[in-house]
Amino acid sequence: MLHARSYRLILAVAVIAAVLPLLLPGGYALHLAAVIGINTIVVLGLNLLMGYAGQVSLGQAAFVGIGSYASGILAAKAGLSPWLAMATGVTLAATTGAVVGIPLLKLRGHYLAMGTLGFGMIVYIVLRQWNSLTGGTIGIMSIPPLTIGGFAIDTELRMYYFVAFSVILALALASNIIDSRVGRAMRAVHGSEVAAETCGVHTARYKLQVFVLSAALAGYAGSLHAHHATYIHPGTFGFQYSIHLVVMAVLGGMASVWGAVFGAAAVTLIGENLRSFQEFSTVAFGFVLIVIMIFLPAGLWRGIGDIIQRTARLSQQRRRGTRHV
Amino acid sequence: MIPPAAYLLQYIVSGITLGSIYGMIALGFTLIHNATGIVNFAQGEFVTYGALIAITCSATFGLPMPLALLVAVIMVTVLGAILERLAIRPAHRSSVITLIIITIGASILLRGIAMWLWGPDALPMRHFSGEIPMRLGAVAVLPQHIWIMGIVVCTMICLWLLGEKTQVGKAMRACAMDREAAQLVGIPAARMVTLSFALSGTLGGLAGAIVAPLAMGQYNMGIMLGLKGFAAAILGGMGNPVGAVIGGVLLGVLESLGAGLESGFKDAIAFGVMLVVLLAKPTGIMGGKSH
Repeated sequence: MLHARSYRLILAVAVIAAVLPLLLPGGYALHLAAVIGINTIVVLGLNLLMGYAGQVSLGQAAFVGIGSYASGILAAKAGLSPWLAMATGVTLAATTGAVVGIPLLKLRGHYLAMGTLGFGMIVYIVLRQWNSLTGGTIGIMSIPPLTIGGFAIDTELRMYYFVAFSVILALALASNIIDSRVGRAMRAVHGSEVAAETCGVHTARYKLQVFVLSAALAGYAGSLHAHHATYIHPGTFGFQYSIHLVVMAVLGGMASVWGAVFGAAAVTLIGENLRSFQEFSTVAFGFVLIVIMIFLPAGLWRGIGDIIQRTARLSQQRRRGTRHV
Repeated sequence: MIPPAAYLLQYIVSGITLGSIYGMIALGFTLIHNATGIVNFAQGEFVTYGALIAITCSATFGLPMPLALLVAVIMVTVLGAILERLAIRPAHRSSVITLIIITIGASILLRGIAMWLWGPDALPMRHFSGEIPMRLGAVAVLPQHIWIMGIVVCTMICLWLLGEKTQVGKAMRACAMDREAAQLVGIPAARMVTLSFALSGTLGGLAGAIVAPLAMGQYNMGIMLGLKGFAAAILGGMGNPVGAVIGGVLLGVLESLGAGLESGFKDAIAFGVMLVVLLAKPTGIMGGKSH
């Protein structure tokens, strides 16, 4: 059940998303908006996994890659219907998540982080090396667009709306989960696995479910990316992207669905704007990351919200004369 | 016609050389992990800076090699201490994820600075004593290989002496064993943490400086080296210094033999090994701390 407030917020986002193209200065901005949307979907899954269930994944790019390449290989090379390819991609990503998650989720903390990192690196290397299947470092080109009847989603505008629609669905899904019994169980696991177990929460099962869900979302986003960019190559799905995704999740704020949107938008836009200053962007990125983690570990969304709240309270106290310092 | 056994020996020798580098990097991880319980994702950048500073000193400033090495190692040691003071200390009460992200941020920052200072291209470094291979039986060994193995062995001995025979070293070990108990007997734990980062910088920087003639120096060399060093630490047993070195050498040999078979997949060997260890016996070969 969606709380009324979440429902209203999502509706507001939907309205904004619907009219956004009218405000944007053209094709490239729409392209960027779609990229932000695709990243948001992955980060939502990561948010659930890291922020709510308290696990870590430094290899999420692998699931995005699986989804992308499933769409690419099946739709472009094998001529399958793009929708079928997409469904296969999502299923494949989810299944991989399950198969890998069962042994990996027995690890904790740093070991889980490194385990997911190792998994991510192996998938990347396989995508890069398996020339006959994936096209190796060259990748796959001319990926056909998604079509509904005779209507092809092959312009930036149409792709933007499809991505926006997907993001709304993903937001609704995530909000729904968080406010449900499953969400509470996840938060219990995050708080203390031992305590959760004693309350009858089957922690292993929930951890796996969240992991698989985040993998499925990432796979879906990967499919979207394949049809959006129409060209995919392994370089996109390496360690760097996995780290960027984690940064988006953490920067936005892990215990917040809206943090995912904010984080994805912030990191994507900053990356875009600093593209011309290559070295400076990396330096600034790392510096900002460190500073925010030290001072606002709950992420920017929460952190800025907290600061605003505190300032409001302070000024209110001063006005009333109830401030004792 | 060179007999296949000689190829094998050749791969093993280069594997041991590479592995000793991995071992040094793994030791750096172990030092910090023992002192603080965190994984320092910026470890690889220590290697990068060691290599690039040594290259600049010897090629650009024309310093003699021993001096170039010394300067490089000292600067990276200081870098390690600075990293701890500015990025780790302020967040020492934070969660595991936060600390991981901070060290990731530090590695991104350092990598960016390296690219800014040295550019994106790979830079060569002069071999310490020439490039004429020596023949030991059927195996060709470069002088640099001998340098690497020799320096690594000396470093291990020095570290052992530090830990066994000096006050500071014993204090660091005490801190690693039980931080609170160490504080109770008057050991300044915070300073030991800074020291462990500094020492980790020493190891990483030295590793970078001595491998640069073979691997060249580039702003992004630290990523793979750091990750593989970590894989080596896990293989040998996280938290176990002897294990770190053994894990490193073993990983180097495995990788070298694997590259003889299918070079493109070479990088996957380290991660595959790491995954197998994590899933089968997380405490590694020598049995480190289980968490």
